[in-house]
Amino acid sequence: MSALSGAAAIAGIGATEFSKASGRSELQLSVEAVQHALADCGLTPADVDGLTTFTMDTSSEIAVARELGIPELRFFSRINYGGGAACATVQQAAMAVATGVADVVVCYRGFNERSESRFGQFSLAAATQVNTNGLDNAWTYPMGLGTPAATVAMQARRYMHEYGATSRDFGAVAVADRRHAATNPDAFFFGRPITIEDHQASRMIADPLHLLDCCQESDGAVALVVVSAERARDLAQKPAVIAAAAQGSGRDQFVMTSYYRDDIGIPEMGVVGRELWRQSGLTPDDMPMAILYDHFTPYVLMQLEELGFCGRGEAPGFVADGAIEVGGRLPLNTHGGQLGEAYIHGMNGIAEGVRQIRGTSVNPVEAPHVLVTAGTGVPTSGLILSA
Amino acid sequence: MTVRPMVGRDSQFFWDGTAERELRIQTCNACGFLRFPPGPACPECGAFDRGHVVAAGTGTVFSYVVHRHPPVPGKELPIVLALIDLDEGVRMVGEVTDALSDETGDAEIEIGMRLRVDFDRVDDELTLPVWRKA
Repeated sequence: MSALSGAAAIAGIGATEFSKASGRSELQLSVEAVQHALADCGLTPADVDGLTTFTMDTSSEIAVARELGIPELRFFSRINYGGGAACATVQQAAMAVATGVADVVVCYRGFNERSESRFGQFSLAAATQVNTNGLDNAWTYPMGLGTPAATVAMQARRYMHEYGATSRDFGAVAVADRRHAATNPDAFFFGRPITIEDHQASRMIADPLHLLDCCQESDGAVALVVVSAERARDLAQKPAVIAAAAQGSGRDQFVMTSYYRDDIGIPEMGVVGRELWRQSGLTPDDMPMAILYDHFTPYVLMQLEELGFCGRGEAPGFVADGAIEVGGRLPLNTHGGQLGEAYIHGMNGIAEGVRQIRGTSVNPVEAPHVLVTAGTGVPTSGLILSA
Repeated sequence: MTVRPMVGRDSQFFWDGTAERELRIQTCNACGFLRFPPGPACPECGAFDRGHVVAAGTGTVFSYVVHRHPPVPGKELPIVLALIDLDEGVRMVGEVTDALSDETGDAEIEIGMRLRVDFDRVDDELTLPVWRKA
């Protein structure tokens, strides 16, 4: 157990609708989500004294504070590395309230990621950024490797070769996500489940990844209100106590292209997992479900291994026969995940973890603890939320 | 339009090499450690004293991707991209330019296949390493 474990809680959650064209600015989306999250727990902008988000977010903390009428900020921070930041924004907030640096910290992420800046495309901006990430990308982008799907496909092909995994094994994740989304009215793919045959028939994007191995591109925003666990008990909602909050980066780490290690894969998630278990005193056996970041299906299998739910190379067997669907031994992504609900850079998955702790998920699982992870293939983060 | 690499003080030697049709691998002059991608310090011994060796230009496919969507600037899709284990012991990403069947468009590549480097001179400022079946 660590000093951080149990010190803070997510008291409020808020979101905009999830769409393909929001029709309003990214800043407005974030401000709406923060307003919803504060209203959810009975706080107001005047109570907020901290904000945290992703370095990739286009709306600065001061801009969000201005729009909300937040009088003063005592704490603001940003986390790097794309979707790997998601759970780390909550870690930042939890550390701030646990140490008394701030009392009410809101984590937010909002974007028009489908109607304006599509992350699934080849990004010249990523290739030409003036920093070490841009220099790192010199070894891939000019050669033609520069879309997220292709960078993951390179890992997926090797995983298939080493462990005998198949495209159908990856498809099990898509089928589970879309089944869960089908019963979630907030999901973009509400009412639209898929079969493994649909997955197999979807067009090839970056062989071995089919279209249905890739998450959506979405417009929308999500916000999370973090306060001390003690204060959370006096607010409007049942708290989701932060039992553990961790970041992780591995040896010889790159952004999406950690290809130069002997064993490629995602050891950074192993760093996160070991830290989550250490902080919380819990084990994989204590988790009745999980929200595993699913921008691309192969990384869900690799996460199960890195987090200790099964051994290396055993995830294809683990996910078979509906094991990761509601009713199975470890339901994943009960909101529909980023393939089914929306791609809000992992923040919508944290909100679903909170709903499961509250007992308000549309696909409820009896879950005293929920593991949530952030983006994979990048330096990443994770949370364990507890009742 | 070819996507141009960001080049800095620590990577200039590599691109100077491709212009000379050399595939250069950074080496640590203190401990001999070979390294790709390059950087200013040796992660093995901490020294900043670095040089390079010229690779033989042969390697083995460690993994590969057939990229079909979405568009890649300067490329006609699909393209085959590979992770190549060089015989010297470092690994790099490259396009394999002769791994698509003219007849079927299918990729003809597998893990373990032997490749040999070639050089694609884009202009006076940039030459990219590319790979062909050995």
